[in-house]
Amino acid sequence: MELSQKTIHQINDLLDKKEVTVTEVTQAVVNRINAVEKATDAYLSLQTEAALEAAQALDNELSGRAKKTPLEGIPYGLKDNMCTKGILTTCASKMLYNFNPPYNAEVYDRLSEEGGILLGKTNMDEFAMGSSTENSAYKKTRNPWDLNKVPGGSSGGSAVAVAADTAFYTLGSDTGGSIRQPASFCGVVGMKPTYGLVSRYGLVAFASSLDQIGPFTKDVEDCALVLNAIVGHDAKDSTSLNLKKIDYTQPLKQGVKGLKIGVAKEFFGEGLQPEVRKSLEDAIAIYKTLGASIVDVSFQHLDYALSAYYMISSAEASSNLARYDGIRYGFRAEEYNDLVDLYKKTRSQGFGDEVKRRIMLGTYALSSGYYDAYYKKAMQVRTIIKADFDQVFGGCDVLLTPTAPTTAFGIGEKTSNPLEMYLTDIYTVPVNIAGIPGVSIPCGLDNNGMPIGMQLLGPILSEETLLKTAWAFEHESGLTNLKAPLGTEV
Amino acid sequence: MSLTREDVTYVANLARLEFSEDEVTALADQLGAVLDYAETLSGLDTSKIKATEHVLAVQNVFREDEIKPCLTNEEALANAPESEAGCFKVPRVME
Repeated sequence: MELSQKTIHQINDLLDKKEVTVTEVTQAVVNRINAVEKATDAYLSLQTEAALEAAQALDNELSGRAKKTPLEGIPYGLKDNMCTKGILTTCASKMLYNFNPPYNAEVYDRLSEEGGILLGKTNMDEFAMGSSTENSAYKKTRNPWDLNKVPGGSSGGSAVAVAADTAFYTLGSDTGGSIRQPASFCGVVGMKPTYGLVSRYGLVAFASSLDQIGPFTKDVEDCALVLNAIVGHDAKDSTSLNLKKIDYTQPLKQGVKGLKIGVAKEFFGEGLQPEVRKSLEDAIAIYKTLGASIVDVSFQHLDYALSAYYMISSAEASSNLARYDGIRYGFRAEEYNDLVDLYKKTRSQGFGDEVKRRIMLGTYALSSGYYDAYYKKAMQVRTIIKADFDQVFGGCDVLLTPTAPTTAFGIGEKTSNPLEMYLTDIYTVPVNIAGIPGVSIPCGLDNNGMPIGMQLLGPILSEETLLKTAWAFEHESGLTNLKAPLGTEV
Repeated sequence: MSLTREDVTYVANLARLEFSEDEVTALADQLGAVLDYAETLSGLDTSKIKATEHVLAVQNVFREDEIKPCLTNEEALANAPESEAGCFKVPRVME
């Protein structure tokens, strides 16, 4: 196996034994980027030279001491909506084409403190609005399992970088499934932690009450390692939870004997690809052999989640994106008559179609006369969905669902119909509405060889349970660190 | 429910956006379809349900008002399309 194909913990073993250097590890990923990035277009910007310099400097230090943290010397990528001082942060939007943040996102500071080596910023749907990464103003990222298919979205670049071995791990953000759905489409592990567990400071806001940062990794153990580094209280984010530090690798191997895994028919409804259903049934069988008990659970109001989600997220987006006015940073239109015209020209030329659509939808939902019918109603439905989850988790420890109704779809297949695109998020959005954690792990391939994702959900702060449940399946099924066919061709 | 072209133009002004005639037509259709879909919400009786603004029972977080380092004037203006004399520069607002 090539160095670039290994997991973080495998690389750590080699580094600890001094069998490889950080420079060799970084060079291996840079070589891989040089070989396949043209085909996958996962990154919006690369810092490979700076990464190699940082690697060399670290090697010099490590000749005199042991590695301090598991992520020290491990090259990674960040979604381009996390602020990096001195490095462009564009949100894949023309609006921020030249934005050089004056401060760092808290997660970037934490990873730098750990000794992580930043390779670059990954492509995404503009301002994280989308499910295929096709809404990027700059490039289309391609799925390494089939270059004619989308990687999912909005964190498509982050998912592809991990799937194509052009990063050992990446961070994404998940507002309605933007980590889990691309992880599912690209055959990697992607986790959305409990709302408030990871600081959102320096994450460019989309829908503040739903946004959460989380990791993409090649296996479940790596997911725990990255979580260890990014979880923790941050006074700069008022919604950040202040809890005792947990080592998420501790529970991994505890097994699932006696664990109650819930299965709800509402997650296996119309539109579910038959191979996805079959693959999930196989996974359920594996959990039974591992000693978990499978219980039937049921939701009363899940049908309402997607509508509520699009109202809440668009309303919050319309408010959050009001700041892009061409005055303090970013794009400004060249010609305008007066101040209001400057705003209108700047925003109309700077935002892409989907972002404008969401701003319009959100502005409508918040406008006088419609507020009660749409926005307030959606916030009330949120209470009902939360109660639904509470009731379901009264009867099981973990809920097992498909991550998405289908495997990755074709590039251009759903771009003309926004509603059809929104429906691809049907199994992921309820999770953000309730604020609970969820992880997507690979659970098989469809007839065309495209990865299928299984989503494991649990109550607030059940990350340890989710990770041990995910690890048990991964270990038993052998579906870990999957390699896209791209790996053998290039 | 369908959205009229007038609705679209009215909301566009609130959002400080402008659209071509064709875009207005397309938006009326696309937003109308999403709003139709959202109509499912009206089937749910929520008259006795409290709205959830936040999923966690987060309270106001208070802290001492201490002076800490912050952006310099130069840093704050570094990304501005136009600035002058340490300020953001905008077109004339008052006639």
